[in-house]
Amino acid sequence: MYLMVSVSIRPLDDLLESTSPNKEQLIAARRVLLDLDTPVVIRYVKWLGNFLTGDLGTAWVSGQAVGDKLGGAVVSTLQLVSAATLLAILFGVAVGIVSALRQYTSFDYLITFVSFVLYSLPAFWVAVLLKQWGAIGFNDFLADASQSWPAMIGAGLVFGVVAALAVGGDARRRVTGFAIGAVATSAVLAYLSLSGWWSTPHLGPVLIAVVGTGFALAITTLSTGLRNRRSLGSALSVVVLGIVLYTPLQYLFAYVPMNWPFALALGGVAIGSGWLVGRLWGGPDRGQSSRTAALTALAVSAMIFIDQVMQVWPKYFNAPAIKGRPIATVGDRTPNLGGDFWVRTLDTYTHLLLPTLALLLISFAGYTRFSRASMLEVMGQDYIRTARAKGLSERTVVMRHGFRNSMIPLATIVPLDVVALFGGAIITEQVFGRPGMGQLFIKSLHNAEIEPIMAYLVITAGLAVLANILADLIYAALDPRIRVNA
Amino acid sequence: MSTPETPSPHGALDELPPEEAVENAIELKEVEGLSQNQIVLRRFFRHRAAVAAMVVLIGIVLLAFTSIGVGPIPGWWKFSPNQTGALANPSGSPTMSLPTWLGGTGLAIGEHPFGQDEAGRDVFARVMRGTQTSLTVMGIVGLVASMVGILVGALAGYYRGALDSWLMRFTDLVITIPVLVLGAILGSLAAGAGGAYLLAIFLGLASWTTLARLVRGEFLSLREREFVDAARVAGASDRRIIFKHMLPNSIGVIIVNQTLLMSSAILLETALSFVGMGIRYPNVSLGQLINQYQEAFATRPWLFWWPGMLIVTIALTVNFIGDGMRDAFDPRQKRIPSQRKMDRAAARTARSTAAAAEPGL
Repeated sequence: MYLMVSVSIRPLDDLLESTSPNKEQLIAARRVLLDLDTPVVIRYVKWLGNFLTGDLGTAWVSGQAVGDKLGGAVVSTLQLVSAATLLAILFGVAVGIVSALRQYTSFDYLITFVSFVLYSLPAFWVAVLLKQWGAIGFNDFLADASQSWPAMIGAGLVFGVVAALAVGGDARRRVTGFAIGAVATSAVLAYLSLSGWWSTPHLGPVLIAVVGTGFALAITTLSTGLRNRRSLGSALSVVVLGIVLYTPLQYLFAYVPMNWPFALALGGVAIGSGWLVGRLWGGPDRGQSSRTAALTALAVSAMIFIDQVMQVWPKYFNAPAIKGRPIATVGDRTPNLGGDFWVRTLDTYTHLLLPTLALLLISFAGYTRFSRASMLEVMGQDYIRTARAKGLSERTVVMRHGFRNSMIPLATIVPLDVVALFGGAIITEQVFGRPGMGQLFIKSLHNAEIEPIMAYLVITAGLAVLANILADLIYAALDPRIRVNA
Repeated sequence: MSTPETPSPHGALDELPPEEAVENAIELKEVEGLSQNQIVLRRFFRHRAAVAAMVVLIGIVLLAFTSIGVGPIPGWWKFSPNQTGALANPSGSPTMSLPTWLGGTGLAIGEHPFGQDEAGRDVFARVMRGTQTSLTVMGIVGLVASMVGILVGALAGYYRGALDSWLMRFTDLVITIPVLVLGAILGSLAAGAGGAYLLAIFLGLASWTTLARLVRGEFLSLREREFVDAARVAGASDRRIIFKHMLPNSIGVIIVNQTLLMSSAILLETALSFVGMGIRYPNVSLGQLINQYQEAFATRPWLFWWPGMLIVTIALTVNFIGDGMRDAFDPRQKRIPSQRKMDRAAARTARSTAAAAEPGL
């Protein structure tokens, strides 16, 4: 690789074309600086020696140590990739599973077509579109936040049709699905528009209670079924606990300075207490109750956190560094913003929004296709027929026998995918000007700096190897038919 | 693997329960007297989306190559990609307009249907040149990658042992580096006039790994089959066994994978050109056009839309063709008629039985 990179870069280009009188001297000086008179193989051995002793070298154009450069880049890329991957997996798998369960229906065909289109989208084109259109349009919208009634009703109708197709079943079920989907979407949009939510976004205890109850019901339905009263009770009591703690937490957030470790610790405490609540409800299957409660607690605590971030929105919106155009298109933070933890977190989010969306759209398609294929394969297995023949409920068959098994192959491609994104978010980072790993690579290639390129290559290759090993181990852990020491 | 064993007309069918026997008979009747290729071709042409995609793709290829001509051969379009001229419309907006009932000013194609850029160059001609380049790169990448992939995979899968482990370690090595990165490094070597071809060959050399793994897997299972033993007993050389006996049997996997690879190749090439690492100045590619014009998005959006739409269309059609191929080559594929078709068929039988019963009355 070192040889290939060294052949492909031309550090002397700018000097060879320059017209300055002391051209020869400049070239000679740079040859000495970059050690170009030594044969490339020896340079490689030197580099390898330095690398093994922990010296990554310096990038000669900017004079920065490669280690420092990498530190910032890794953090920036990690933010982008983790958010995009998590969301893509969540949505992609959900849509893929539903699409598989409704195989050969209009919904399935629609999803297949949409995922094909998304799959064929060039990343850079989407990114430029989002930047030029999405950012400007959304900022204009936020400046005067009101929606027209036809737009709201139209969105409601579209959503209703999708909901009707997704629930499937007979005509009556479809009509019900359509009505619920359409009315709910329109109502939410109308509420948001009329209450001025767009200019002062907030959740508040009431919304947290409503949405939290929804989460509790949904999680219980999926994991244990609503018949399991203990499980439902523990999920709902976690929501109540969250609402009760809402006000004390406001004081805590106001008086204690916040940082990420503390926030994550609070999240951990929330999950732990959810688990405890599930234990306290007891019963023969308290494991399931505590799992449900812990998941609900995670959702509720995330909402309280988001609510806190949203509360600083007006302050952020009117900050002099923002000038009322909050959705950023360049970089990963606003310079000279100031403000406390919450403002800076919000700033990170507004910068993450568009690049994440760009990455999300494309990896979403891949996960949808993959989970659909895998779910279809699993649902055709004999043990699914056995489970049905035993008289298990459809929920148990789908969630426990189907879903879990269809996730095994997915668990093995996720690490590989994350690594591929880690090295390959090059295009997105380039368009949005995020100083991440990909940007580092492209810039170094342009500047003909070999040290950062090599560091980048070593890191991505090392991560790829790690991810491969990890994928194999996960596979072995999940699938008892595979033995590691065979 | 693919053709179901032909049951003897009576014996095997009689043993099955009657319904299954009928089902089998229907399935067999469909493929009676057809070669493997004919069966696959039939299945492919039944995939409506794939056929439509194929028509569109052929249309684009014809349009791109005939309109402005290839090399010295002139095309039928009156402008060439780098020829500047006076602006037909203010700021060079497209002269093409929709019929009035679609909200346009009347159906017209005009001098510059896709508009002109700031130097007065015809965007249609430039986009067509870019499409030519991108399609050529796509074809070459597919060719190079499949040659290397098939060779590596076939050798590793056929000979196994030390050669296999060396080749596969090498494949793993190439896999660890993202294709985009490899392409960027190699692509910067490929500046200059013949750059597009060189770049395509390099990209092909970076993206053969998936195919090699698949072919190896296929060969590992094929080499245990009886017909390979038979060929070996008959004294066939290794080369003959590999190319005459085993390769045609794994052609399904290869074609499907190659199609999907080509759709990602066009995205890869355009992405590289967009970053400035792929096709460069004297040459034109779709990605490079977008890169060149992205600043003008607010003032001259047509410069940005057309190349992008073409990339999406080409990638989409190739993907659909790949999907159709996969269905056509998949031996497990069974056609399940939709509920509506079943109802219609039931109604037809009911009508014909009624018609048959009537004369008797």
